[in-house]
Amino acid sequence: MRRGEVAVGDAREVTVVDDLTRTQIVMYAGASGDYNPLHSDEVFATQVAGFPGVFAHGMLTMGMTGRALTDWVGEDALLSYGVQFRGQVWPGDTLVTTLTVTAVHDDSVDLAVRTTNQDGRDVVVGTASARLET
Amino acid sequence: MTEQGFPVEAGHVLMFRRAIGEAATLEPEGLAPPTFVSAGAQFAPTHPLRPTPGEPWFGSGRTPSGTATSGGGVPGGDPAGGSASTLHAEQHFTYHRPVRVGDVLTATSRPGEEWTKEGKRGGSLQFTSYVTEYRDAGGELVVTARSVAVTTGRPPSASDGGEA
Repeated sequence: MRRGEVAVGDAREVTVVDDLTRTQIVMYAGASGDYNPLHSDEVFATQVAGFPGVFAHGMLTMGMTGRALTDWVGEDALLSYGVQFRGQVWPGDTLVTTLTVTAVHDDSVDLAVRTTNQDGRDVVVGTASARLET
Repeated sequence: MTEQGFPVEAGHVLMFRRAIGEAATLEPEGLAPPTFVSAGAQFAPTHPLRPTPGEPWFGSGRTPSGTATSGGGVPGGDPAGGSASTLHAEQHFTYHRPVRVGDVLTATSRPGEEWTKEGKRGGSLQFTSYVTEYRDAGGELVVTARSVAVTTGRPPSASDGGEA
């Protein structure tokens, strides 16, 4: 993002995953080191923990959402990124991230970050700020 | 307070980028994506969310859980049974500079605030937070992370604002 080329209200919508697979959840477990069986062990998730099935790590959704963010602002320009996890993400889900510029400062921008599932429910909601290129 | 060394390695960043859906290739001098520091858990000698050889694991094997019969034994859960669970409620990162392959970070964690809130459908939700600072080999601050977990007395619904 360049100074003078961005305005409040500018927005982007990105499909960050279409039909989330159990395999991608396992890839995230392996890469992140979070092997909580809630995310990969259907027997444990249903019979012991009482969930309808395995579900994605919140950090996987934050990671996919973060990719949409850095694709726009630049990976070296991010100053802050924070989210609340609002709901589970299940295998088969399709997630859309919406990024909206909420403030433009002299050398940075603030953005609203929202990722929703195919039913329009929020799964991740947060904010970010990024440095503007001159 | 706990301290953990965390070398940022190209192969690890590659695996992590693929896991978050990128068609990534090896970049020996690249940056790490913004949530990568959470993968520092790999470098802890033991971790409650990783099986330890020779010790029971709370996931399934011959039985639905190696340590629990009905929800007990789950980290953060009610040891007496039931279905308490701890889920990740919030995560915040402040970037003092980007994380690069080749950085050798040291993560220092300390407990943050704790608070309790009434759940929307009864039962109290207990929130705990942790602050982790990631510093480079020169001692300069690279990333500050703040993580909030929520413990509920039962498997939460989406409206509880918790997600593991």
